Amino acid sequence: MNSTTITPTVTVPDAAAPALGDKDFAAPTGRASGVGTGGLEVSALDRGSRLEQMRAGTLGSIHSWELVTAVDGPGTRMTVFFAGCPLRCLYCHNPDTLKMKNGESVTSEELLHRIKRYKAVFNATGGGLTISGGEVLMQPAFAATILAGAKELGIHTTIDTSGFLGSACTDAMLENIDLVLLDVKSGNPETYKKVTGRELQPTLDFGRRLADKDVEIWIRFVLVPGLTDDPANIETIADYAASLSSVTRVEVLAFHQMGRDKWASLGMKYELEDTLPPTAEEVERVRDQFRARGLTVY
Amino acid sequence: MTTTAEGTTNTTGASTPQPWRNFSEGDWTAAVDVRDFIQRNYHPYEGDASFLAGPTAKSLAIWDTLEKDFLSVERAKRVYDVDTHTPADVDAFPAGYISADDDVIVGLQTDTPLKRAMMPYGGWRMVETAIKEAGLEPDPKVKEIFTKYRKTHNEGVFDIYTPRIRAARSSHIITGLPDSYGRGRIIGDYRRVALYGVDFLMSEKLKDKDSVVDQPFSENWARFREEHSEQVKALKKLKNLGEQYGFDLGRPAANAKEAVQWTYFGYLAAVKSQDGAAMSIGRLSAFLDAYVERDFAEGTLTESEAQELIDALVIKLRITRFLRTIDYDQIFSGDPYWATWSDAGFGDDGRTQVTKTSFRLLQTLRNLGPAPEPNITIFWDDKLPQGYKDFCAAISIETSAIQYESDTQIRQHWGDDAAIACCVSPMRVGKQMQFFGARVNAAKSLLYAINGGRDEMTGKQIVTGFDAIASDEPLTYDEVWAKYDAMLDWVVGTYVEALNIIHYSHDKYAYESIEMALHDSEIVRTMGCGIAGLSIVTDSLSAIKHAKVTPIRDETGLVIDYVTEGEFPVYGNDDDRADVIAQLVVKTVMDKIRALPLYRDAVPTQSVLTITSNVVYGKATGSFPSGHRKGEPFAPGANPENGMDTHGMVASMLSVGKLDYNDALDGISLTNTITPSGLGRTKDEQVANLVGILDAGMGEGLFHANINVLNRETLEDAIEHPENYPNLTVRVSGYAVNFVKLTREQQLDILTRTFHQSA
Repeated sequence: MNSTTITPTVTVPDAAAPALGDKDFAAPTGRASGVGTGGLEVSALDRGSRLEQMRAGTLGSIHSWELVTAVDGPGTRMTVFFAGCPLRCLYCHNPDTLKMKNGESVTSEELLHRIKRYKAVFNATGGGLTISGGEVLMQPAFAATILAGAKELGIHTTIDTSGFLGSACTDAMLENIDLVLLDVKSGNPETYKKVTGRELQPTLDFGRRLADKDVEIWIRFVLVPGLTDDPANIETIADYAASLSSVTRVEVLAFHQMGRDKWASLGMKYELEDTLPPTAEEVERVRDQFRARGLTVY
Repeated sequence: MTTTAEGTTNTTGASTPQPWRNFSEGDWTAAVDVRDFIQRNYHPYEGDASFLAGPTAKSLAIWDTLEKDFLSVERAKRVYDVDTHTPADVDAFPAGYISADDDVIVGLQTDTPLKRAMMPYGGWRMVETAIKEAGLEPDPKVKEIFTKYRKTHNEGVFDIYTPRIRAARSSHIITGLPDSYGRGRIIGDYRRVALYGVDFLMSEKLKDKDSVVDQPFSENWARFREEHSEQVKALKKLKNLGEQYGFDLGRPAANAKEAVQWTYFGYLAAVKSQDGAAMSIGRLSAFLDAYVERDFAEGTLTESEAQELIDALVIKLRITRFLRTIDYDQIFSGDPYWATWSDAGFGDDGRTQVTKTSFRLLQTLRNLGPAPEPNITIFWDDKLPQGYKDFCAAISIETSAIQYESDTQIRQHWGDDAAIACCVSPMRVGKQMQFFGARVNAAKSLLYAINGGRDEMTGKQIVTGFDAIASDEPLTYDEVWAKYDAMLDWVVGTYVEALNIIHYSHDKYAYESIEMALHDSEIVRTMGCGIAGLSIVTDSLSAIKHAKVTPIRDETGLVIDYVTEGEFPVYGNDDDRADVIAQLVVKTVMDKIRALPLYRDAVPTQSVLTITSNVVYGKATGSFPSGHRKGEPFAPGANPENGMDTHGMVASMLSVGKLDYNDALDGISLTNTITPSGLGRTKDEQVANLVGILDAGMGEGLFHANINVLNRETLEDAIEHPENYPNLTVRVSGYAVNFVKLTREQQLDILTRTFHQSA
């Protein structure tokens, strides 16, 4: 089925009133269940033709989309969340995007139609398209089609990636990418493995390749107390970021517990139940480590 | 020139410089035509905000006195004081001042700041209740007059009301009607006082009154003559008001300071004699700026002094008060009176109407700090000067105190000298007024349709002659729509009948003589109908169409709830499948209004606007197929249902922008809340992004955008009063949360993280 996911909040009269917590006001429900693919026509296909079209790059597995400002690149952007990710980050705040099979099937034609609709919005705001996830490079053929289509429309393109699957990004695809938000989750390979379950090296290689091709990069780093906050770890990332000539900005994102409920609702084990967000001072300390290398840091 | 206002002056004011010196002449010099004056004499400004001046010591001192001696007292007591002996009128009170140094722009509603006056013509009961709620007792003599000898608007209305109106009112399907309080939504052209002086305006009105003496008697004829007499009497009182403060308002204003003062006296006369729900001030900036520029050229005014004039006027607008009941506060919370000041936009000739005084108005929010009044309303267009757009966005981010409306849509329908009354109601200044109609509960109407006119809250049969849905099978869209359409005939018919009665009676018993004296003699009247609950109807119909909705009945067969299974498209996500339903509902209601006869040949219009009444509408309404729960607040205005616009603020703007303005000429309101960090990392980035969002939304058909950019204090307030912030969304790196849904711990967490970045 094909639309914004709304779990019917109601059903039985005289059901127990929702828990009000420490407020005397029952807040609206809805947003927390995910933003959904509403507005996009979803294709119903058998498994065989689904896979065939995905390989051809004309069909993708989409978790959701939204129009956002100032968080996923410059201006107002249509951020499309692809479903499926090779990493299993302990702090993932979108665990509902981890599995490709949980996404909705959307054709490239349908998605590009929607992207085109927002061209005036992108023009007005200096925005564009951002493909996020999940991991955009889990569906390289589909990503390539969408990026090429967006460029053809004259739209600014961004991908938000861990870089782990950087080798799946062809040079031809890079031609169609204006900005990469490169999530460097750790500078220390052991920590990286602990956080994501995977190797660090592919990310470092991908960033290097982007710099060589002069593709603009924003480095992103999530500061998780007790996990990624070792000053030596951050020094390594900062050195790496400073070594990439096309990095124009570093964003230090403070870990938060906003994804906690999603893990529970998915029946998945969440390791960071008791982890506290970093203090403002800690975040500033980390930013200063990047700033010390002359980087623009937020 | 001898027949003009200025000509008259030349013979009387020997020591006063010629009021119209160095202005370009035109149609406006022979007859009242403020628009023509503005177009010939205003100075468009394309630059940035760097010329602005800070507050003068005097402005700050007066504001400090107000805060210390009056505003802080009022906050503690709710009402500072009430005069219980003097029924309000234009010249009923002697001159009053904030302090000894309050001499820039003078004039108070009563003799003391914040002291409220009785305005009993709307209805005595409201006045008496409000006085008692303020801990005082009404003067028995005044009570006797207004209960024994003088009939009020409220009494007039109830003498005429029909049984179906009474039933609809008591079941809350129609609420908030201006049948016991002033209707407002009339903007006097207060600029006329400054440009022409009262003597000329009076002579014009007398001329108009006598222009029909050769015609035979009819009720309309008699009303025309009587209303003109009322207007002339009001103008005489306005002159008295000026004299109380030592000014001769008979002649035109001769410089910028007088222009501001004269204009304010016109407005003050209105708020001394009428407590309309919205008392908007109009479109003043380009007009006043013409005087400021002339003084600059003559070397008689500095930038700092010009700013002081605007600051002084704004101070007065911030302390205007009406005597309201606690019940009224429930519908319109926060003591608002909507001194809406419209600004910017373009002229028909393509020149921007942004002037330096447009900047000075915004600057008051920095000089005096943020405040809700005056309600600064920017007529936005992506072609406005960049420096002004950036300044608007910067002030929005700092104060959340600005709203935006589409200049193109307003100008195309109402010309380039239109202003907003209240929130979203545009009208040609001095040439048009609205019959304010509050709003009808379009969402509850859907439940009435399903229940055949029985009220879902009480089980009472409110409407007869309609069959309820009898089957217990899942609802079908076609059947529900047909029943809704039929029920809307009854609801809209009853509603418009009430509005016709109300405005007939208001004209008769609480006529706004000073405001109408500052209008042309022949004006356009619109009937400002309105609907509440659009998002709930839309989502519910979408659920019925796209998912499976089964009614649940109580033991009497009344449908009191629904089981909704499956997924359905939701309004507010730029999803046409839902958005077309919203369009259809708006058009259907509008067509029904269009089909009905309207009092005084009013032009039928409607708004999609709730102001703050979305909470009381929610309380009076049951559960819906959309999942909206019984008693929950409605989303405001044309907003998507709280928390259901999951595709971002711009997507919600695009959905709302699809509603056809031609079907809602009284305005379509969208309120959005955004955090500073949701707009960008730096102030420059935030400004650029907010400008871009407004350009994008208006470019896609959006009529109105209320932009809340939340500061720390606002979030703190949201923690204490979550009921006021039902749709406050906080974005945290790729994830959006509903702020009031979070635990206190999480809210405090966000408070910290959101603000340390910009600190």
